[in-house]
Amino acid sequence: MRTKEAQRPPCSVRREAVVMGGSAGGFPALTAILSGLSPDFLLPVLVVQHLHPGDEGLFAQHLARAARLPVSEPCDKERIERGHVYTAPANYHMLVERDGTIALSLEARVNWSRPSIDVLFESAALAWGEGVIAIIVSGASDDGARGMRAIKAAGGLTIAQEPATAEYPFMPQAAIDTGAVDEVLPVEAIGRRLVECGGWQVKNCRL
Amino acid sequence: MKTNEIEHIEIDLLLEAIYRRYGYDFRSYARASIERRIRQFLSGSGCASVSEMIPKVLHDEEFFTRLARYFSISVTEMFRDPLVYRAVREKVVPLLRTWPHVKIWHAGCATGEEVYSLAIVLKEEGLYERATIYATDFSDVALERAREGIYETAKLREATRNYQQAGGKASFSEYYHARYEAAAMDGSLKERVVFSSHNLASDSVFGEMHLVFCRNVFIYFKRDLQHRALGLFTESLVHGGFLCLGAKEDLRFTDFRDRYEIVDDKARIYKKKDGP
Repeated sequence: MRTKEAQRPPCSVRREAVVMGGSAGGFPALTAILSGLSPDFLLPVLVVQHLHPGDEGLFAQHLARAARLPVSEPCDKERIERGHVYTAPANYHMLVERDGTIALSLEARVNWSRPSIDVLFESAALAWGEGVIAIIVSGASDDGARGMRAIKAAGGLTIAQEPATAEYPFMPQAAIDTGAVDEVLPVEAIGRRLVECGGWQVKNCRL
Repeated sequence: MKTNEIEHIEIDLLLEAIYRRYGYDFRSYARASIERRIRQFLSGSGCASVSEMIPKVLHDEEFFTRLARYFSISVTEMFRDPLVYRAVREKVVPLLRTWPHVKIWHAGCATGEEVYSLAIVLKEEGLYERATIYATDFSDVALERAREGIYETAKLREATRNYQQAGGKASFSEYYHARYEAAAMDGSLKERVVFSSHNLASDSVFGEMHLVFCRNVFIYFKRDLQHRALGLFTESLVHGGFLCLGAKEDLRFTDFRDRYEIVDDKARIYKKKDGP
């Protein structure tokens, strides 16, 4: 499963967005990945981290300190902008609409979680198909495993944090066990991979 | 064509069938979430595809009723987002007092928890006796539960903290009568409330209002339906009347941003400006 960096296939698909999911131990992993993205990274990044219901935007604030891209908790129907990081607010599911806007929902918890990683990933697979890069990092739940399958089935690129490097290996392992994960990497390499696949593509092919 | 795209067509057809057969227009509901609910229903429905659901929806009302239950999600709680009720107390009530009679439209009241929360605030502020709350929802099932005002005792106990954070002035348990697991809201909280069926997708304006309370309803609407509902609210509100939306529903992302001024950004409370 683990691919050596040199053996990776070149990026031949135009990527449109990055989605990331984390739970217990997810914060340091997400921070490490985001701090590796320079301000000229051009894809939008949507993040679901399982949060305490009383988070009140603290997670987004902490992430903003580490990231060099703008980070915010979106409002419903907000248009998704390139080079912007959106974090799901506590107590809301965050979904992507086909028209490139964010939808928030108060529907029942999924995998005991709201926000749920599966909900974001499955909607991203429908909206962007092969244009999605999905990343699962540390956590003690199996949220995100179904979502990774949906993204893989739609032709997207799926990456899991190497379980041995995760504070809680269960979640990336659950995703890997579905057989739907393309690449298993430590967080520093995930950041580099995103720059390779994301920013480059957009800069050269699309603009 | 990819499977996903075919399913997208099937869902369009299903929603069209529902609209033409039963008059419920889910075509204007936020798509990602409605698709998710249809898929969820599909997996336990015995149908192999969304297409297979269409004849059942058309010919079997009971099947439709089960599906409709998946569509009208009513997730709410007493004093949800306490800071909103505190802001209503501190920034809206003082101005509502200047009117001899206060009319409030609580649109999309679901199972009623927030109607009773609002009634309690008005009561404690001495405004309840000259207020009327019109609590509406398109779901008759939800409305019936709102009218009954019977909730799980445990849930109400949990809401005590919300009530206090909302600036509650009494003891929350004075407002309900618990019997084992269930508790009934005090009858006085219903006296000034009129529950009625109203569909923001198809019905028209609801009289002249001083406050429209519509929280976490727009998140389920597409932009065009949200626009329609905001049109109704704006038409219905008196000059200087208040509009209160859900915590993540920002008027900035709508065409009505210039018609209102911000009273409290975090609580999403807006005041209708004078003029057209």
